[in-house]
Amino acid sequence: MEPLRDEVVHASALTKTFAGTNAVDGIDLSIRRGEVFGFLGPNGAGKTSTMRMIACMSPRSSGDLLVRGLDPTFAGPEIRAGIGLVPQEDALDSEMSVFDNLVIYGRYFGLARREVRARAQVLLEFAQLADRASTKVDHLSGGMRRRLAIARSLISRPELVILDEPTTGLDPQARHLVWDRLFQLRSEGVTLIITTHYMDEAEQLCDRLVVMDRGRIVGEGTPRELIASTVPREVVELRLNPGATPALLVALKDHVERVEQLADRICCYGEDGDAILEAVIATGIHPLSSLVRRATLEDVFLALTGRQLIE
Amino acid sequence: MIAILRALPMGPTVTLSWRRSAHVIERNVMNYRRNWFYLVSGFFEPLFYLLAVGAGVGRLVGTVQTSGHSVSYAAFVAPGLLASAAMNGAIFDATYNFFFKLKVERTYEAMLATPLSVMDVAIGELGWTLVRGMLYAGGFLAIMAVFGDCHSYDAMLCLPAAMLITLAFAAIGLALTSYMSQWQHLGTVALAVLPLFLFSGTFYGLDAYPGWLQEVVRCSPLYQGVALLRALALGHLSALLLIHVLYLVLLILFGLFVVSRRLARVLTP
Ligand SMILES: Nc1ncnc2c1ncn2[C@@H]1O[C@H](COP(=O)(O)OP(=O)(O)OP(=O)(O)O)[C@@H](O)[C@H]1O
Ligand SMILES: [Mg+2]
Repeated sequence: MEPLRDEVVHASALTKTFAGTNAVDGIDLSIRRGEVFGFLGPNGAGKTSTMRMIACMSPRSSGDLLVRGLDPTFAGPEIRAGIGLVPQEDALDSEMSVFDNLVIYGRYFGLARREVRARAQVLLEFAQLADRASTKVDHLSGGMRRRLAIARSLISRPELVILDEPTTGLDPQARHLVWDRLFQLRSEGVTLIITTHYMDEAEQLCDRLVVMDRGRIVGEGTPRELIASTVPREVVELRLNPGATPALLVALKDHVERVEQLADRICCYGEDGDAILEAVIATGIHPLSSLVRRATLEDVFLALTGRQLIE
Repeated sequence: MIAILRALPMGPTVTLSWRRSAHVIERNVMNYRRNWFYLVSGFFEPLFYLLAVGAGVGRLVGTVQTSGHSVSYAAFVAPGLLASAAMNGAIFDATYNFFFKLKVERTYEAMLATPLSVMDVAIGELGWTLVRGMLYAGGFLAIMAVFGDCHSYDAMLCLPAAMLITLAFAAIGLALTSYMSQWQHLGTVALAVLPLFLFSGTFYGLDAYPGWLQEVVRCSPLYQGVALLRALALGHLSALLLIHVLYLVLLILFGLFVVSRRLARVLTP
């Protein structure tokens, strides 16, 4: 793979080894300028390890990596100068005020004090924290900290922002505020890399995404492509009396394209969910509950890995 | 010094920039803006010792002999207290505060996502302890001068010498702390500092000890600092003082080498 001109991140066979095991196991990536690129995967999939290599905070064990056209091994500070990172743990300065957190972070990038203060003011508005400027970070709620961490990552006006689980632990309203701000950044042409456990978030936000599992990429594309290419269009979720499952599966064999048996329910996939449900009723086996819905990234993940995204 | 630091075998990812290190100092200054009281309080401890021991006990003791000269006890003990002030100025930041930032606050992880490098962080923290140590040592030296405990203009050399002591304790403190994983480990710091303070020739000369113990105390970094400062404050200059200087410089380089390696391992695995 040769790096392309608009590639912000280019990786091939990128690997990270911790104590003999590959946390990231030979992945290829091509992230283009201006897109929102997602990493979806369960705990321990290697998302954070990948982010840290891209952010030049962790040397790669093998493979190739170019970020902003440069090699992290030799140009760490230079690359980081153009990156904003929102780490999985906020790593804010809890003894300092919200405003000071922004100011000192800007100073790390070598920005002039006056300039940093002006930018901090704007970012406080952006993150809806203007009325908290002099509050100690210790006294902020989790959602406010997250917003501050995002605001902080923008102080250097980076061309690439890496967000490691930006909305984990937030209430729905706070999540939507974060999404809104991320859309705003995208419209300004900033490249965003996001990791998440939430398939609705990935579907909403990402132009393209990869599904990671045990250090490998098991699927990639736009959310629509991934769904269309991996699973049938619709799903019927059934909860059944214990013991009824085998008989039903035999009876449905000709009506469904694939079946996933989960701990508490079975998922039947096909192009027409209602037709499947009719076939179920025709068998005379009555499910405890049933639900017909469109296939999502969650189903993609299940199909690709045989496991659920949030375990 | 720059050349030596740049030559330390750190691998290609580690770079050093004085300007970037300065922002680490700046962060600490901003952090202490709200807590300036704690900063100032550290200045009074050696001052109280100087009053109690130098002036108080000094009246009982009268004069003492040091390197063949007879001096007042206050003038004898003051440089020892100056060395301790330099040590104390360094040690709290290099241990407790450093541990807090490293393990609890993850301050350095945030820093390392910016252009700052591990070496910038190590040098920056060292620089901050130097700022703090100089505040204490400079103030104390001024008071010594007022009390007449500085016997020649050579005493001005006490300031750079106190800088060396501060840096040496800071570097060793940072290096040791980078290996600590729990708060309890920090308890060993107090356990080490108090005997150093009491037994490193601060309050009385080495001749109070039997021969073998004298050699042990000579190895103590604080003794090296005390001996250097005492000679400078009393104007007893000799080329042998360079041995103390060399000892302290080696300690600084060793500590810095260890801490930057450790930080690279811990923070950028
Ligand atoms: N510093 C480290 N030392 C040793 N092993 C590590 C280290 N960091 C990560 N790992 C291991 O690498 C694997 C991938 O971890 P990583 O943090 O990248 O996963 P993740 O996809 O971000 O998971 P999560 O969703 O829980 O954040 C895990 O098995 C983890 O235990
Ligand atoms: Mg993670």
